[in-house]
Amino acid sequence: MAIFSVYVVNKAGGLIYQYDSYTPRAEAEKTFSFPLDIVLKAHDERILVSFGQRDGIRVGHAVLSINGVDLNGRCTADGKDVIEYLKDPVNYPVSIRFGRPRLSSNEKLMLASMFHSLFAIGSQLSPEVGSSGIEMLETDTFKLHCYQTLTGIKFIILADPRQTGIDSLLRKIYEIYSDFALKNPFYSLEMPIRCELFDQNLKLALEVVEKAGTFGPGS
Amino acid sequence: MSRQGNRGTEGKKMNSELFTLTYGALVTQLCKDYENDEEVNKQLDKMGYNMGVRLIEDFLARSSVGRCHDFRETADVIAKVAFKMYLGITPSVTNWSPAGDEFSLILESNPLVDFVELPDNHNGLIYSNLLCGVLRGALEMVQMAVDVKFTQDTLRGDNVTEIRMKFIKRIEENIPVGDE
Repeated sequence: MAIFSVYVVNKAGGLIYQYDSYTPRAEAEKTFSFPLDIVLKAHDERILVSFGQRDGIRVGHAVLSINGVDLNGRCTADGKDVIEYLKDPVNYPVSIRFGRPRLSSNEKLMLASMFHSLFAIGSQLSPEVGSSGIEMLETDTFKLHCYQTLTGIKFIILADPRQTGIDSLLRKIYEIYSDFALKNPFYSLEMPIRCELFDQNLKLALEVVEKAGTFGPGS
Repeated sequence: MSRQGNRGTEGKKMNSELFTLTYGALVTQLCKDYENDEEVNKQLDKMGYNMGVRLIEDFLARSSVGRCHDFRETADVIAKVAFKMYLGITPSVTNWSPAGDEFSLILESNPLVDFVELPDNHNGLIYSNLLCGVLRGALEMVQMAVDVKFTQDTLRGDNVTEIRMKFIKRIEENIPVGDE
């Protein structure tokens, strides 16, 4: 999959649509004996690896489950604090599954409005007058493309850096939005888009771009 | 594939009679529901507004029109692109005010009134008032507050149908950042 995510942000910076089309990266499960040779820390209702990267377990990965039972925030399923639990030798050997934490819908909401502000900051920082906001943001592993319409709605696509044809895809998504969200009389403006037809057509458009093999030359 | 595929910037062609008759049914129903013409005009304008705020996105997504930097440009786009796209007519733009903030759209033909004869008891009815609402709503979404009204109407005995548009202000607080 070369297109990872699609976000639609309304004029006020609220996230009104989000779609992920990637499958989460491989997760690693490993059995540990006492003492635990990986340093864990609690962060934002999650237990993260802070030091001791190895065997596919990376810094930043979160503890997803212990002995096959999913965690409940920072606690085990039966309500014990994970850090305390792992300090106790009687609980060993223990099998822990690690993985990259997926963004919760709340976090996505937050990030979207943060990007909304960054976009504004981008245009303010410009040394030239009349700069647009952030149109593209490039990292090692993905490129973020943002298209803002004249009415102020932002369409954001996260894609593989080598994926081409994103500009026309953004326009296409704008068309799909105007057709299947706005022309649905029961959709209220500025509100989250929960329209089956919008979903379907968006996925179709993503597939078309991906199937077209629009990777640039040399890939 | 869905209708998306065969839909170009031209839009789907449909029989305008169905549209005209539907609009006629709407207006007559409103006339039954409300006592006076004033109220009907108001309802039509309100409905038009709600259509306009949605239609503008369709228009922008399908035409490659950029931001207009003055009211003359706006007038041109409305007359030559938008009216053509949605009603299949091209009104002429005339009667500019010296300040350039007011103009008239003269409609030689108005598809909404193809079969209409206004009865005597509806002197106050502005039959096509929906259009005013559409224009107002659409322009508001691109941060332009305008005043739109019919100043002449062939239905009411005038020689032409004239929509007068007056620019009120840019809605500064709604202008998207990084735009302009």
